Amino acid sequence: MNSRIGYIAFNTFREAVRDRVLYNLIAFAVLISGAAILVGEISIDIERLVVVNLGLTAVSMFGVVIAIFIGIGLVSKEIDKRTLYTVLSRPVRRWEFVVGKFFGLTGTLVVNTFFMALGVFLALLYVAHKFDKMDVWVLVALYFIVLQFLIVCALALFFSSFSTPLMSAVFTFALFIIGSLAEDLRGFARITHGAGGWLATAIAYLVPNFSALNVISQVAHGDPIAGRLILYNSLYAVLYSAMAISGAVLIFQRRNLK
Amino acid sequence: MAAIEILDLEKSYLVGFWRKRPKPALRPLRLTIEEGEVFGFLGPNGAGKTTTLKLLMGLVFPTAGTARLLGFAMDDSRVKSQIGFLPEQPYFYDHLSARELLNYYGQLSGVPAKGRTAKVERMLARVGLSDSAGVQLRKFSKGMLQRVGLAQAILHEPKLVFLDEPMSGLDPMGRREVRDLIQQLRSEGKTVFFSTHILSDAEALCDRVGVIHQGELRGVGAVAELTSGKQGKIEIVFYAGPGLGQGQGQGQGQRVPAALISLGAEARVSGNMVNAILPEEQQEAALDVLRRERLKLISLTPVRSSLEEYYIAKLRPSESHTEPGHKDESRKEEGPREESRRGVGV
Repeated sequence: MNSRIGYIAFNTFREAVRDRVLYNLIAFAVLISGAAILVGEISIDIERLVVVNLGLTAVSMFGVVIAIFIGIGLVSKEIDKRTLYTVLSRPVRRWEFVVGKFFGLTGTLVVNTFFMALGVFLALLYVAHKFDKMDVWVLVALYFIVLQFLIVCALALFFSSFSTPLMSAVFTFALFIIGSLAEDLRGFARITHGAGGWLATAIAYLVPNFSALNVISQVAHGDPIAGRLILYNSLYAVLYSAMAISGAVLIFQRRNLK
Repeated sequence: MAAIEILDLEKSYLVGFWRKRPKPALRPLRLTIEEGEVFGFLGPNGAGKTTTLKLLMGLVFPTAGTARLLGFAMDDSRVKSQIGFLPEQPYFYDHLSARELLNYYGQLSGVPAKGRTAKVERMLARVGLSDSAGVQLRKFSKGMLQRVGLAQAILHEPKLVFLDEPMSGLDPMGRREVRDLIQQLRSEGKTVFFSTHILSDAEALCDRVGVIHQGELRGVGAVAELTSGKQGKIEIVFYAGPGLGQGQGQGQGQRVPAALISLGAEARVSGNMVNAILPEEQQEAALDVLRRERLKLISLTPVRSSLEEYYIAKLRPSESHTEPGHKDESRKEEGPREESRRGVGV
């Protein structure tokens, strides 16, 4: 990786951490430990199912909220506060800045997810008293959640390259919701004919397919995840993020920093 | 070699909701700054100073024209490691300390890792921030942030330094330190281009100044020449003790001989001192009056132009195109390229 991208990424990570972004871990810890204790009291035989479902959903939600609310400010905040001026007056290309910011935020989210994952496994250990072979699929679900974060970060960055922070948040969150229903949208497109069918198909394939990245229910039931899905999802997330980041770069390259 | 060569650089923004129309922020600007020069870019708020700097830094894109910095096209990334920039009212990453920030900027500017730490410490000492080096910037005052801004602008030892209102937000001591810093940069052979609307700073520091108003370069000239031009008047200061002789009236006239007033003197009395300005050709007659009245002459000096007068004259719409006072001198020095494309007089 280009060293300037690395410096920008590290600085973004450091700023996020010092800006108390990781404080969400406290809320997460309270939630997951409370849930584990409660589930341990009231559930019979389904403790694992409830803890995995609740834990992974919380990991995803917390991460998406952070990705959106930091992602939308990554560029606009630097423009508003004029911190960008002293960066771009150096031998830093605009695309390096955008890519560095993206890696910095995804790094923050990976660290955040790591600690939340620890919490999930501790809660699992608390309710089941031991780890099971099928818990390895929880790791895969966590990996897919990180892939979701990649796409959400890239989208937030893309929208913030030309829109206000508020509108960027609205667009990104809307796409996250629509993308979570992408499989339903594709099903609808299949049964719709004519111009409406074309439009539905176009939208179904244009929005990010977050539903393919959501295997929480499967792993909660202990079902395995196919290796091919891991490969496809990885490629999909990388390509989709790369496209969104490229769009952000193309727009940002031409933007006047008034 | 020219450090900065601005060639008809122009910037307009589209304004309006439905029917967008261009609003000029900078009219075609042509200007050359030589290496080692300290150049002051003067103008009121909103004149186009910051727009010019942003164009040169590549933060906004020109509508037309271009510029060369240190011989490179302004958008050539190779030049960026040789320039330093302090934006107006700088703001930095809140959660970094001054030391971390300078280290970060050093990394981005390509300062080698070996020796970077020592360089950062030297720079912190140079701007008087060694004691606060580990404190997060969100706890810094405006003046301290300005110092950090200056430090980051010169950390990588650039050949060309752009400072946008460098004295802004500083107390008198801070302003003095910044002035000293700019003097040091000059003695190191750096080229300094700074914008300001504080004329005393420009007069004290600059080799040349340019006046910009409403996006238009109104004039460029050497400070030494602008402030040495005679105005055809002399200033006489004399001591008028309590026993002044004839020709006195009441109030001010008690201390100013009527004969002096009849020579066309404009007098101002301050205690026992009188300060009188009168036409140069009346010098001998005025001295005769003082001798006759037995008044003690303190000083006699020709009245010279001030930078302020030049600045005010350039800002007046009627004088923006023809300003006789310094036109010829500046032309001689700068040549026609110092004029904007519209032929604005220098």
